[in-house]
Amino acid sequence: MPWFFAIATLLVLAGLYLSFFVAPTDFQQGEAYRIIFIHVPAAWMSMFIYLLMAAWAGFGLALNARLSFMMAQALAPTGTMFTFLALITGSLWGKPMWGAWWVWDARLTSELILLFLYIGYMALQSAFEDSRKADRASAVFLMVGAINVPIIYFSVKWWNTLHQGASVSLTKAPAMATIMLWGMLLMALAFWAYSIGVALWRVRCIIAERECEAGWLNNLREKE
Amino acid sequence: MLEAISLGCRRGERKLFSELSLSLNSGQLLHVQGTNGSGKTSLLRILAGLSRQDAGKIFWNNADIHTMYDEYASSLLYLGHQPAVKDDLTVTENLLVSAQIGGVNPTSDALKSAIEIVGLSRQANLPARALSQGQRRRLALARLWLGHKPLWILDEPFTALDVEATTLLEARLDAHLAIGGMVVLTTHQSPSITESYLCVLRLEP
Amino acid sequence: MNTLAILRCLLWRDIQLVLRRRSDVVATLFFFMVAVSLFPLGVGAEPALLQAIGPGVLWVAALLSALLSLGRLFAADFADGTLEQLLLSPVGLSLAVAVKILAHWLVSGLPLVLLAPLLGLQFNLPADVLWVLALSLLLGTPLLSLIGAIGAALTLGVRGAGVLVAVLVLPLYIPVLIFGAGAVAASASGMNPEGALSLLAALLVVGLVFAPYAAASALRVALE
Repeated sequence: MPWFFAIATLLVLAGLYLSFFVAPTDFQQGEAYRIIFIHVPAAWMSMFIYLLMAAWAGFGLALNARLSFMMAQALAPTGTMFTFLALITGSLWGKPMWGAWWVWDARLTSELILLFLYIGYMALQSAFEDSRKADRASAVFLMVGAINVPIIYFSVKWWNTLHQGASVSLTKAPAMATIMLWGMLLMALAFWAYSIGVALWRVRCIIAERECEAGWLNNLREKE
Repeated sequence: MLEAISLGCRRGERKLFSELSLSLNSGQLLHVQGTNGSGKTSLLRILAGLSRQDAGKIFWNNADIHTMYDEYASSLLYLGHQPAVKDDLTVTENLLVSAQIGGVNPTSDALKSAIEIVGLSRQANLPARALSQGQRRRLALARLWLGHKPLWILDEPFTALDVEATTLLEARLDAHLAIGGMVVLTTHQSPSITESYLCVLRLEP
Repeated sequence: MNTLAILRCLLWRDIQLVLRRRSDVVATLFFFMVAVSLFPLGVGAEPALLQAIGPGVLWVAALLSALLSLGRLFAADFADGTLEQLLLSPVGLSLAVAVKILAHWLVSGLPLVLLAPLLGLQFNLPADVLWVLALSLLLGTPLLSLIGAIGAALTLGVRGAGVLVAVLVLPLYIPVLIFGAGAVAASASGMNPEGALSLLAALLVVGLVFAPYAAASALRVALE
């Protein structure tokens, strides 16, 4: 696990160096565009992690494997964080680009809904007292959400074209320089390493917590 | 024939029982005993297929119940803690609906006589909210006089019953066993059932 | 006894139960009317403005009243043990759930469809738009019941289920809202609403196939 964090740190440093010192200033967007080096990988991660969680949940339901559920649970806060990061950086980028902190752009809106889904998942997971029920119920919700994510994205895009006049369409991404691609790739890898590290760490905590609970209950019974 | 092999069950992180095997033949009543919290209800729910066991398998006529669940469910009558009685429906409607949900379609004569047997004739057309606790229990049990399901799983059927109703239920169980039916039940009383039908399973914590 | 007869009995039971306790349904409808009437008071009674926000307001209000009625769907059956009997019913839980959803829609969704065009008059919507409104609600409200059933099933037996179900279900309602309100808005601005309506119909088909199954799996978790 420490290895993942070390790799993540190294990659983040390299990625930040590339994105802030090596990549050229964009002639249209100026320096502000550099935030996409965080924004884009974070947005990628937010969706990847959701799908990954849904996959773990599916495994868990199919094979009745408790570790799968725990993996899904362990990934959730990280996914939420990346979604949040993508939203924040998106609006920070939007301010100089669009002149507004929030624009009802299709991608931003979808990201916001994804945030709601993450929060719903975590709320459901923590609402149950029995961890087994919590695991299974929230897994069902994850699967339903995963079916819905593409539908939501499509509907939001459709909605965006319907109300074209009201919103500013995303400025067309300029042909990406290789160096920029490398920067984003490095950052994405760094985020991956971080996610894996932190998820493994969290899953250990969850296991320990559940065992501790069991131990406490057993002690109580023995005393009886 | 109902057969369970090495069942295991945990609730939360607590182990209720493990390596529990049992078999029940035609004309046998299994009386599951144990202290509060020893897992009697959990065992009954697992046998009924309502919750999943953590280990082991259950067979009905040599087939795993979860591979042919609909078929198993149609030969099973399960009555749990809650009587599944709706306050806003009348006694007759309640009995008709609960029988139909279970796949039994009683004639109106059959309904009438079942209600009469459990002593609710006078309340037959009243909404169930007018019933006392014991009368609700009688209403739930009235299903035992409708249809011919071979396997009955009854969770504390004697709760809230008076002496008269207890005798009535015991006689019904005896009659069901006599024609080759099977019963699994929990109760803290010792029901007077013909000795040769009776088997006992004690759950030790 | 054949499957169809059992399902008919279930449908009869659910509708009877609601009809004998009419105040719940009436209160939900009343909520719909009040919520819709609040908007002109909040934003002013300028006809052009009302016409512009009318479709969205009616749809959002329909969404919220659908949400209000979800608590009734499974909670009583869960508390009194009827759900256990449904799980043991030879028709199988998914079909039984589908029938319960149908009953729920008939008593809480269908009245909205009939009432909405009347309320649309308050917003100066022309007759042809009112037709599209009714049609979009006719396709959309069953979806609200279907998706809502999943949320209601997931939160059974949980503390604070009322709020949680809103957190879970509202994000999933977004595509329905977008296409439903979109169809009405399109027709109000003189465009063809057929695209949105057929997308809504497609969603309805998907919902009909998946939602009862998902809700049934969630109920199984709650019953464990």
